[in-house]
Amino acid sequence: MSMEDAVVVPIIGLEIHVELATETKMFCRCRNRFGDPANTNVCPVCIGMPGVLPVMNAKAVDYSMKVGLALNCEIPSYTKWDRKSYYYPDLPKNYQISQYDLPLCQNGYLEAPLPDGSVKRVGVLRAHLEEDAGKNIHDNPTHTGVDLNRAGVPLLEIVSEPDMNNAQEVLAFSRAMQRLVRWLGVSEANMQMGHMRFEPNINLHITHEGREYKTPIIEVKNLNSFKALEGAVTYEIRRQHSRWLEDPEGFALKKKGKQNRGWDDQRNVTVFQREKEEAHDYRYFPDPDLPAVVVDDEWRNRVAQSVTELPIARRTRFIKDYSIGFGEADALTQDSPTGDLLDEAVSLGAPPRRVVNLLLGKVSARANEKGCGMSELGISSRQLAQLASMLDESKINATAADRIVDHMFDNGGMPEQIAERLNLLAVTDVSAVEEWVDQAIAANPGPAQQVRSGDKKAKQAFGFLVGQVMRASGGKAPPATVKEVLEQKLTAD
Amino acid sequence: MNEIINMSVLELRDAVIKRDMTATDAARAYLDAIDARNTSLNAYNEVFTEDALAQAGEIDNRLKAGEKVGPLAGVPVAVKDNICTVWGTTSCSSKMLEGFRSPYNATSVSRLREAGAVILGKTNMDEFAMGSSTETSFTGPARNPWDVERVPGGSSGGSAAALSGGLCAAALGSDTGGSVRQPAAFCGIVGMKPTYGRVSRFGLVTYGSSLDQIGPMTRDVRDCALLMNVIAGHDSRDATCVDSPVPDYLDAIDQPFDKLRIGLPREFFTEALNPEIRQAMGKAGEVYKSLGAELVDVSLPHSRIDTDENGALSSYAVACYYLIATAEASSNLARYDGVHFGHRTTRDCGDIVELYSASRAEGFGDEVKRRILLGTYALSSGYYDAYYLKALKVRRLIKNDFDRAFDNCDVLLCPTTPSTAFGLGEKVDDPLAMYLADIYTTSVNLAGVSAVSIPAGVSKTGLPIGMQLIGPVFGEQVVLRSARMFELASGTCRLRPPALGGKQQ
Repeated sequence: MSMEDAVVVPIIGLEIHVELATETKMFCRCRNRFGDPANTNVCPVCIGMPGVLPVMNAKAVDYSMKVGLALNCEIPSYTKWDRKSYYYPDLPKNYQISQYDLPLCQNGYLEAPLPDGSVKRVGVLRAHLEEDAGKNIHDNPTHTGVDLNRAGVPLLEIVSEPDMNNAQEVLAFSRAMQRLVRWLGVSEANMQMGHMRFEPNINLHITHEGREYKTPIIEVKNLNSFKALEGAVTYEIRRQHSRWLEDPEGFALKKKGKQNRGWDDQRNVTVFQREKEEAHDYRYFPDPDLPAVVVDDEWRNRVAQSVTELPIARRTRFIKDYSIGFGEADALTQDSPTGDLLDEAVSLGAPPRRVVNLLLGKVSARANEKGCGMSELGISSRQLAQLASMLDESKINATAADRIVDHMFDNGGMPEQIAERLNLLAVTDVSAVEEWVDQAIAANPGPAQQVRSGDKKAKQAFGFLVGQVMRASGGKAPPATVKEVLEQKLTAD
Repeated sequence: MNEIINMSVLELRDAVIKRDMTATDAARAYLDAIDARNTSLNAYNEVFTEDALAQAGEIDNRLKAGEKVGPLAGVPVAVKDNICTVWGTTSCSSKMLEGFRSPYNATSVSRLREAGAVILGKTNMDEFAMGSSTETSFTGPARNPWDVERVPGGSSGGSAAALSGGLCAAALGSDTGGSVRQPAAFCGIVGMKPTYGRVSRFGLVTYGSSLDQIGPMTRDVRDCALLMNVIAGHDSRDATCVDSPVPDYLDAIDQPFDKLRIGLPREFFTEALNPEIRQAMGKAGEVYKSLGAELVDVSLPHSRIDTDENGALSSYAVACYYLIATAEASSNLARYDGVHFGHRTTRDCGDIVELYSASRAEGFGDEVKRRILLGTYALSSGYYDAYYLKALKVRRLIKNDFDRAFDNCDVLLCPTTPSTAFGLGEKVDDPLAMYLADIYTTSVNLAGVSAVSIPAGVSKTGLPIGMQLIGPVFGEQVVLRSARMFELASGTCRLRPPALGGKQQ
């Protein structure tokens, strides 16, 4: 059997760093905000001046527990803070306060939906809380600047089991994680702002002629987009495979151990950083400045109550209760507030189908234009419910509904008032419709005759006449009524 | 009226409030004394002449206006140079922080100021509080006012020398393994190591975070109680500072206990104990017995002090202390890297690692480097279990010993130091001998309990002998009251060095 025919199974685990969207930093009361001028959100504590002490932000612990519970993790009753030592200019104390052997959350899993409709269950080994470092800024040829606004921002590190076997699963897991933390309201999970960073660990288990080979484990550091993540994983699988083909005995985990590589997004390749064996000895030890964290039942239950229905469960419910498709339900469960809008509108009596159409039609288009979520446009469930009901009761037509939505976005107001003000309410008076129909027939004797004769152009002519009536009504005549009256008039003659 | 620089804090405060003298008079008297004698004692690293006079003037104005003033109104206090102040610099007697100006006041300093104290300046110390003689200071050693050829002890040696030498009315020190009590013993004053968590550490430049406490240094026990009233209590900026009510330590301090059980830890009274100090402890026991106290034999097996085959002292507590304190220090001192503040090399460096190395090599003295190396080693992968983790276990055993001992007694009585003040230069080249100067004090920090050192007499050579009273966690009240009981009865209260007119006993 040739080596090309060996069975190759990529083994992939993922570390995901999520910046938590707390008001203040992890161990001081500085503002936690991206994009402010360098070194404006800093104080003696987060720049590590002599004599300062950290004080834990309990909100960040709440947020982390929330994620842990949503990931089906155990929340141990006792956890602690440890110091991780390494020297780097963006780390003011030259140690990072983190959690070493007793993380806040452990032994959970996340079910990630795959494009084929199946579900990949990925184990979560642990999720621990730590402080983020600042940023080195290399915008000057002779100096490196240090911006410490990010130093001390709460960072949740989620470590998966090596349960993924291809780039598609890695992407599905990462996207599900992004959706989950947004859903829980604990992070904006915005890649451009560095709210979410990925570090995949990749190697190959290869079976060839009854022997199993394992390639060295590669950790690709600091990937900050799904594109980079997908590229790095795909590249590493291919690279490791060809390296193994060249040297199956030498390119082995036992000989090479673990290595760090970085992603070059210009050339789309990973590049060697350092042997993991030579890596720092981080000299972890319990931080003596911070008491251990004891999570009692009351605390755990309070946080558990804030974890409401999760995206996958909600999606299933939408499909079943509202009789909508998988794609529609999926689009409506990207974040929690959009689905809340739907649920609330339905509870106000609106027909689900109409609300879904509105949300995924005009509302979604508007949100895309603005680059925000559907729930962030300022439209309320009351507005939505009223509009959906008006459509359902033929008080307006679809064109009118679109105009009302636009008007609501720009000026606010309830749909009924807007429809009245803009004169968009459907004409329910049949005599008015009859009058427009008579006018249309009189003005267009040719098409009228074609309809009556039932020749091959009759259908097209009928459509033309409907259009003439609609135009005369200013779009307010209900199309069904128009068709009905037109049919009556043309057959009655 | 007593000469200003011999007054107790209470006497001085009362005189200021009664307007027998002004706060400015008090500040000037001390500033003059500093001018006259600091050169020979090297007790201060920096004196805040203008700020001190301004603070004193403010107290005087408030008194003139009939406004309320605090319990330390007009009291000139010295602050150890590892406690942050917005005035002057906070150097920790290190080249690394030479000229470093803190942007904030330590909580204990803010509390002193709110109570009306006048901050005279910053006192000399062992570099980063690492030492027992104030000889590792970058600004040169402080001297003992009882004999300027001897050390004042350390690391709060500058505070002890300033107080004993009449250069302040009270002082703040910090105690990680005995750094308040040992210099207090060497200089014949009162020095307290409060329970861990009783006084906020916010603004104390950390050495060993799980051991450090700020403590008062005063001429008598009542002053010590008054300063504790001011600086003790919860601080939301220190997560290790306990949120429990602070009793009035001055209240009932002059009232002796009817029944006091004083424990004598037998492991502290072994063959290893210097005979003259043993004798002073024996006398102290007699004083207590005469006051109706009961002396109880107790055991602290894991704090046992022995002599090894070479005659050198040995103790688990000291070994345990030097692993835990140095491990924490190796991490706490990592921030001094020449990047954000403090000393940065002027050498042309090829890369960041070279900048770190050169800045630290130039900025730290030998003893600091020794401890950083020791601590780094103790935390290193492969050695952690054998050293740091083992030390934590020993620490727990030491603490358990203390808990058990306090089942049978109210306070423990023992020496503060194995000898009286030693000569300058006598131990600088022998770090191990220097570390053993803390042999009676380190176990108190490891156990996190409270203790005070008070004068127990003067040796034949004319040097003060210190006696330690150790109480349980939050046992400051019983410690201070029993110390006051002895002070009143023994007449060893408010010792003054011969140079300041003190009588030899």
